Amino acid sequence: MRTRGCTAMIFRTLNLSVLGGRSLRSQRLKLLAVILSALTTTQAQVTADRLLNASKEPQNWLTYSGDYSGKRFSALDQINANNAPTIVAKWVYQTGATGKFETTPLVVDGILYATGPDNRAFALDARTGRPIWMYQRQVPSDIRPCCGRVNRGVAILGDKVFFGTLDAHVIALDTKTGALRWDVTSADYRTGHSFTVAPLAVKNLIIIGISGGEYGVRGFIDAYDADTGERKWRFYTVPGPGEPGHDTWEGDSWKVGGAPAWNTGTYDPATNQIFWPTGNPAPSNRGAGRAGDNLYSNSLLALNADTGKLNWYFQFTKHDEHDWDATQVPILIDANGKKLIVQADRNGYFYVIDRTNGKLISATPYGKTTWSDSKDSDGRPVANKNAEPTLNGHTVCPGALGTTNYMPPTYNPQTGLFYVTARDQCDIFSTAPQPYEAGHAFYGSAYFPSEEAEPYLGFLKAIDPATGEVKQKFQHTSPTWSGVLSTAGGLVFSGDAEGNFIAFDAATLKPLWHFQMGGAVYAGPMSFAVDGKQYVAIAAGSAIYAFGLP
Amino acid sequence: MSRQSWVVAVVFLAATSLAQDQNPLANDPKAAKAGEYEFRINCALCHGLGARGGGRGPDLTRAQKKHTHNDAEMFQVISNGIPGTAMPANGTNGQGVGMTDTEIWQIITYIRSQEVKASAKTSGDPAHGKQLFFGDGNCSMCHMVEGKGGRLGPDLTGVGGSRTREAIIDSIRNPSRRLAWGLTESTKEFPQEFETVTAVTQDGKQIKGVALNEDSFTVQVMDSGEHIYLLEKDKLKSFQKSRESMMPKYDPDVLSDKEVDDIVSFLASVGAK
Repeated sequence: MRTRGCTAMIFRTLNLSVLGGRSLRSQRLKLLAVILSALTTTQAQVTADRLLNASKEPQNWLTYSGDYSGKRFSALDQINANNAPTIVAKWVYQTGATGKFETTPLVVDGILYATGPDNRAFALDARTGRPIWMYQRQVPSDIRPCCGRVNRGVAILGDKVFFGTLDAHVIALDTKTGALRWDVTSADYRTGHSFTVAPLAVKNLIIIGISGGEYGVRGFIDAYDADTGERKWRFYTVPGPGEPGHDTWEGDSWKVGGAPAWNTGTYDPATNQIFWPTGNPAPSNRGAGRAGDNLYSNSLLALNADTGKLNWYFQFTKHDEHDWDATQVPILIDANGKKLIVQADRNGYFYVIDRTNGKLISATPYGKTTWSDSKDSDGRPVANKNAEPTLNGHTVCPGALGTTNYMPPTYNPQTGLFYVTARDQCDIFSTAPQPYEAGHAFYGSAYFPSEEAEPYLGFLKAIDPATGEVKQKFQHTSPTWSGVLSTAGGLVFSGDAEGNFIAFDAATLKPLWHFQMGGAVYAGPMSFAVDGKQYVAIAAGSAIYAFGLP
Repeated sequence: MSRQSWVVAVVFLAATSLAQDQNPLANDPKAAKAGEYEFRINCALCHGLGARGGGRGPDLTRAQKKHTHNDAEMFQVISNGIPGTAMPANGTNGQGVGMTDTEIWQIITYIRSQEVKASAKTSGDPAHGKQLFFGDGNCSMCHMVEGKGGRLGPDLTGVGGSRTREAIIDSIRNPSRRLAWGLTESTKEFPQEFETVTAVTQDGKQIKGVALNEDSFTVQVMDSGEHIYLLEKDKLKSFQKSRESMMPKYDPDVLSDKEVDDIVSFLASVGAK
């Protein structure tokens, strides 16, 4: 906005110069060229190199989880455990949208970029929340995304932001104007394909995973050239005939096998590997007709970033019948000389995996689980017979929504703890046979809360990755869908279903401050700084809130 | 992807479908069968397997329905929900992906196939039930019907039209087994339940009542004197919450089966209006 004001003034100068003599005009044009070139260099572009070194510019938030490791940790410490009780609301931006608001904003050099429900994207002045541009792509009237018309955010690279749409397009917008730069159709939305995930920019590629596990899509992860939108590679998460893993599907079931890829993965530059999690096999709660492990559903995939070739996989839940998508952000941590991935899975176990080879190191329950009482030789929990859904239904814990879900967790290198939103909930799983029909819901099941069940419980839990032990927990009034942020200020931030945004002491999980935002939280918090002042921001209700010190 | 159970997290602008006036699948047994599975997935959570009503939603096997008189109206209700109730618009309760028009007609065909045409025989005496409700049964001390009665418990004016006879009897005999739902907030996954709160303030005053709403830091409580207390939890000496309902358990020695039947008949007669 500042730039625009200056430019207007310059053009007034230019008009005056037209009235003057030739030499005066020439001088003024030279001056103008100098001013314009100064203007264009004031805001640096987000290069791939900046993304690699995101942790060196903590005032910015450059990827969905803050940096490639997925830690969702901010090195800013201006807001800290001492002054947290004095935090105040700085601004609120109302989107005017209804529905769940799941975005994590990015902030680059004072400008905040985010998405909203119904194919919205926008840029705001990060100091005030005032919009700079707004974009909305028409949502087709016959679209039926399974779980709300949601989106979790943009990726940024160069002079463009990128997001996936509910009608399965990948689009690039100009960072400064919001103008459409390119638009590619990734799949047909009428067969249940959609995008809800925030893409990840790696090198010159925009990596994005499809949604639609409830419609029997064949899942995939795509990489697009950031300049042109040309698709560089696609990895099908359900192997086709002749490919390894194809024999883990019965008959033609692979064609509608699901395994979507709807949460943002992480990237390890040292090995040039993308780690991307996948979701449930389809139909989600009925295994009949798809006998086998159903690779690569509910798995963590290690893909070569340049080619999309699979290096290794780890499957959390084999032949899933409980809708336990493994679509949680896999966080990269280095501990005791080991390169690890930690993931609190929807199936109720906290997994520690060697990221050099995909070997399991430990799996420990971090909530109420009843589906497994043994482990295989690799240490992987194995489903017991009683876990299978039946026609009349019976109770399994966790329920279909899982011990956690898509809400992003955080790892704080200062406390060495992993913080995750968790719930204790059991459901009655009952099968409801359903034929596949393109574009129609394909569950094969129905699940219910048990009428006799205890009320569902929601928590923020702090887990020690070394042992899998839950070191601290805070019980919410009811389960929340909020993600978690940790900061160098000794704080952990999360929101609740009742609309509070809460700052916790990172060591004790004691609430130090809270603010009532008037709408439930379905998004992950992030932090940034402008003009030397730290902010913490989160989406709640239909608005984005930014908080700071008085 | 995540499917949210229970109710409604979210209120959307309902997509207005151009509904046909007639059910194109009326009386088609194949459509009724397909509708049965659609019903299990999309509706049974509240309306129960077999559409006979659950703890939360009305019995749909009754021929007479409160909000709809014909198939076209039922199509509208399923598509757009019922404002002010827990009935969400199609595709917005997070439980399912939403239904196509065809699937909605299948469900309507299924519901019609399950309807009991004869009006349910009520053995009870509604006039006596009314006397008990406002008299010796003490129900009206806490419950309102058509603007008369107390405010501590849920207003029961519509309950006869929205809950099964069995569910109402169960609530009278064993009120703590399944607490009634109170406030439903548009963005929140779970409605507030009629939980019992016991709090002691710093000056030693004990407050016992029903939670009208609650979050991690505050609670809004109504006591049996219908006074509303706005409490901050960290300023209380003690705070306890219980799923033991404030409503007394009506055992057969307090209200006989016949008397309960009369009260339920009274509620049914009001709820059917």
